[in-house]
Amino acid sequence: MVERRPFLTFVRHLVLVLGVIVVGFPVYVTLIASTQTSQQIVQQVPMSMAPGGHMLETYRVAFFGGDSSYGGRVAPVASMMWVSLISALTISLGKIAISLLSAFAFVYFRFPGRGVCFWMIFVTLMLPVEVRIFPTYQVVSNLGMLNTYAGLTVPLIASATATFLFRQFFLTVPDELVEAARIDGAGPMRFFVDVLVPLSKTSVAALFVIQFIYGWNQYLWPLLVTTDENMYPVVMGIKRMFAGGDAANEWNVIMATAILAMLPPAVVVLLMQRWFVKGLVETEK
Amino acid sequence: MAIEKRVRFRSWWLPWVLIAPQMAIILVFFFVPAVQALYQSVLQQDAFGTSTEFVGFENFKRLWNDDTYLASFKTTAVFSVLVAVCGLSIALLLAVMADRVVRGAAIYKTLLIWPYAVAPAVAGVLWLFMFAPSVGIVSYTLRSLGIEWNHLLDANHAMTLIVMAAVWKQISYNFLFFLAGLQSIPKSLIEAAAIDGATPWRRFWTIVFPLLSPTTFFLLVINVVYAFFETFAIVDTATNGGPGKETAILVYKVYYDGFKALDLGGSAAQSVVLMIIVITLTVLQFRYVEKKVQY
Repeated sequence: MVERRPFLTFVRHLVLVLGVIVVGFPVYVTLIASTQTSQQIVQQVPMSMAPGGHMLETYRVAFFGGDSSYGGRVAPVASMMWVSLISALTISLGKIAISLLSAFAFVYFRFPGRGVCFWMIFVTLMLPVEVRIFPTYQVVSNLGMLNTYAGLTVPLIASATATFLFRQFFLTVPDELVEAARIDGAGPMRFFVDVLVPLSKTSVAALFVIQFIYGWNQYLWPLLVTTDENMYPVVMGIKRMFAGGDAANEWNVIMATAILAMLPPAVVVLLMQRWFVKGLVETEK
Repeated sequence: MAIEKRVRFRSWWLPWVLIAPQMAIILVFFFVPAVQALYQSVLQQDAFGTSTEFVGFENFKRLWNDDTYLASFKTTAVFSVLVAVCGLSIALLLAVMADRVVRGAAIYKTLLIWPYAVAPAVAGVLWLFMFAPSVGIVSYTLRSLGIEWNHLLDANHAMTLIVMAAVWKQISYNFLFFLAGLQSIPKSLIEAAAIDGATPWRRFWTIVFPLLSPTTFFLLVINVVYAFFETFAIVDTATNGGPGKETAILVYKVYYDGFKALDLGGSAAQSVVLMIIVITLTVLQFRYVEKKVQY
């Protein structure tokens, strides 16, 4: 604090509180809507801003599926969340595993073609899935991977950022550790498993938070490779719930699904906040 | 930091085994599709895939003469400028305020960073609900203020809606980076200026803002990339590219033309154009971020 100016301090808090309210408002509205019946939302415009008391029913219908008030069928969100969880874990852990291995190879070995391979990984930074959707879809389809977990996750596993992050980290590991391991008669894999991986724990945690969110929040890719309702991740399944027309939507169930869809990544961010911030700053360096 | 290790292991086969999984994935899912996109962009295929002919740069020429594609370029430009400018200004304001707060700083930070976890698709749904013309709470309030909100009919309303959703989702990211940037500015500089009698306002524009320029530039590039590519889900859930094609950004058009209209050559040519844009942005980012802009 450079100087004491009570008025300025007041303004700062005011701006921050306003910011927090604006940022939180959409979620508050969503939460409230998910505790009302769809008739309440559609008929009493504007909807009431107090909790509606139908929370349990709405979440039960959303979670386990059931009949909607318009006679349509609501797909169970529970199975979609399961798909999301499996995909997010496969993507994040898969990325970490293959990147640890390749970063280890790049830093601790010298082999012909090392430069070319490194350059190839670097180039993938410039090709986000969005710019090559159709050809990638064709490859996945030719391999018979549509509507499978492999199709949902494997194309998203390759990551240059994770490889670079681990490479940077390995370069800071003191050489003496390698020498000590050698004298003790440990081979490269022994060194990797017993020394390098345990040392990388914080980087792994940081990367896990970022990549879990990345995996959970995928939308475009699942939209292309899944046509079977049992393979919809929740973030994408939400879109399928729109029947069309404002009034005909089962808004309360959609809003409950939205809450359920944002809960797991939000929990991961809040519980692992320290690693999250570290991960964000480091993956972008 | 050393670029190369002094001590290495020796094995002629192990490094290949170690990089094999990563190389296999990038070859199959990155290089094959990228080459295929390049190849398809010079072919013309009918919708059933029964006949294909080589047409050279015909697909690109068609794009160049296609008014909807040029309009989509304009839409994307307007959209990304709005998202970047609004997102950065709001986040910078909040970060500057949070940087100097003593009490409750950690709580504000926690309460401001969680939207990062919200999927763009979910963000689109939340904002769509608030602004739904017949049931939305905000659209109702606007109507009582005399503004007839309907993003299904009014292109400006639709654009405003997706910009708000996109900015909301990105604020936490920008906020964290601005806060980190602010906290790395030496306090002595600011104290010196305060002793010389500079007001907080003056101190911000003459000291803090210039010193923050590397962060700002970095975030500018990241936000443009975000607006170009990651906002597909927001557009798809909130407006479906409508009304008409007024909010169909480039990525949305690639998707639509390839998967809905089945114009494979045109879609591939659009992919190639997008690749060129990403490569340009990435090169820009690396050149300037490496140089740390100016101090």
